[in-house]
Amino acid sequence: MSSLVASGGAVAGSKPGWRASLGWDGTTLLVLPAVLFVLAFFVFPCIYGLILSFMPLKGETFDNYIRFFSENRFYSTIWKTLLIALPATLANVFLALPIAFALRKTSKYQRVVTAILVVPITLGTVLVAQGLLGYLGPNGWFMRFLMTIHVIDEPFRMTHNYIGVLLSLIITGFPFSFLLTLSYVTGIDPMLAKAAATLGASPWTQFKQIYLPLLAPGLAMGFCLAFVQSFAVFPSAVLLGEPAGTTRVMALAVYQLAYEDYNAPMAAAGAMVMGAVQLIVVACVLGLRGMFYRGPVGGTKG
Amino acid sequence: MTTVTLTRSGEFRAPFWNRVWSVMLWSLVWLFVLNVMAVVASVAVDSFGTRWFGTWLPEAFTTKWYFSAWDEFQLDDVLIVTVKVVASVVLISVLLGVPAAYALARREFAGKRTVLLLLVLPVLVPTITYGVPLATLLYRVDLGGTLAGVICANLVPTVPFVVLVMTPFIEQIDQRLESAARVCGAGTWGVFRYVLVPLLAPGIMAASLLVLVRSIGMFELTFLTAGPDSQTLVVSLYAAAFSAGIRANQSLDALAVVYMVSSLFWLIIALRFVNPVQLVARVKD
Repeated sequence: MSSLVASGGAVAGSKPGWRASLGWDGTTLLVLPAVLFVLAFFVFPCIYGLILSFMPLKGETFDNYIRFFSENRFYSTIWKTLLIALPATLANVFLALPIAFALRKTSKYQRVVTAILVVPITLGTVLVAQGLLGYLGPNGWFMRFLMTIHVIDEPFRMTHNYIGVLLSLIITGFPFSFLLTLSYVTGIDPMLAKAAATLGASPWTQFKQIYLPLLAPGLAMGFCLAFVQSFAVFPSAVLLGEPAGTTRVMALAVYQLAYEDYNAPMAAAGAMVMGAVQLIVVACVLGLRGMFYRGPVGGTKG
Repeated sequence: MTTVTLTRSGEFRAPFWNRVWSVMLWSLVWLFVLNVMAVVASVAVDSFGTRWFGTWLPEAFTTKWYFSAWDEFQLDDVLIVTVKVVASVVLISVLLGVPAAYALARREFAGKRTVLLLLVLPVLVPTITYGVPLATLLYRVDLGGTLAGVICANLVPTVPFVVLVMTPFIEQIDQRLESAARVCGAGTWGVFRYVLVPLLAPGIMAASLLVLVRSIGMFELTFLTAGPDSQTLVVSLYAAAFSAGIRANQSLDALAVVYMVSSLFWLIIALRFVNPVQLVARVKD
């Protein structure tokens, strides 16, 4: 294909073979369908949303954003969402890390335990919400068990509040964090740790001196991906939390604006603020990661 | 600093604190697993129970809730829609994603970084941020509330997902195999049919099963774009749970069990084909 262009040289203002010099040939064209799809169904809606958010139903250009940051029922959702999503993500990443580290060696247990821990990925937020409502409810098994072993006398409230939502996000998010962390941990050359062990490093020292620095980029990425998931979820906040109170998350506020108030520009503004908050968190995490070691994790992998 | 002692058999003997740590860690894992199992079991038991109030187990067991849920939620329609959506999403995302992954794995070209960024962004931006404007747009072109609209919306995160999973997979396939086939006289189609397809099959299988599990559970995007005739299982489950109290809790739980079984079935098949550990990086033994 490139040779045809080169011999013709028909493209105005360009040297023969300019496509070849950019590395474009028949094979590179294969990215086009996917790129065009993402442009049409992701980039275009984002730009459309951004423009729409500056065209409020009534008032000036920036009125939607001014309204978002001046009305308590809107701007308070930012803190409420972060207050739920950040602890849930941190809990998931720091739960996943030691378990993945313990499973780093290939063994028959590795596959079985991994499978057991990954299965909750199929549950989905709605099922977990429904299950937690029953299990943690005043007549559920959890309260009955605690009362049977006399830890508590009266059932206390764990659903329809902050705790319920947090627990459901940890359960639904954990398998994903675990899977990512495990594949990063197993991607590190075990020879590095063996070399340290021959020099007398205990497992803890190996972890601190070798695995942690090498894992930092993977952990940062895993944190970001897990955070996106818990940041945008709202079924659990509605079903398990107080959708009018402490668990009124941003996703819910945006949804209500679009589908209950039919205020598409205001909803678009909320969606843009949501995207901005998410990107700020991602930027902070990736900035922190920049303070750690960068380089190959393979060692002898080549 | 703890010391590591070498026993006579040549094994490292873990010092006391390491054993304490591993006991604590595995108890934590078991606590987590048991609680999750109990959560699932409480839904499952309730869906088979008659009346359950203030006791450990329901008074008696029955399967009637499944029949009533089937009628109440028009499960046959919902399941047909779910199968249509999920099958189209898997097929289209593989058709779009695998060629792109092939190009990204095999070629260095100007603009590659831009393409990669473009494909990573949909994974890093919250679904609601692009879902709400996308739904508005789809309703403008009369695709909102239709099956096609739901499929398009669900493809946004899955196409980049397939590309990101398949690129490292294709990179590990030796390019010389393709060259060798060409030397032996194979055309582009021949290379594709007899070299690439057999070598790519496990990776495509893995990616499409993961997309499948993901799109069964994809709630937000489907919820934003679905109309009354294009609801998938997870959306009707949410709608039912949202209006709890109108229906018996048990038939809602029956619906949840149907959802879980259909999702679990595919994950178990996926786990037979894919070692989840090898998803992002390959293990070196």
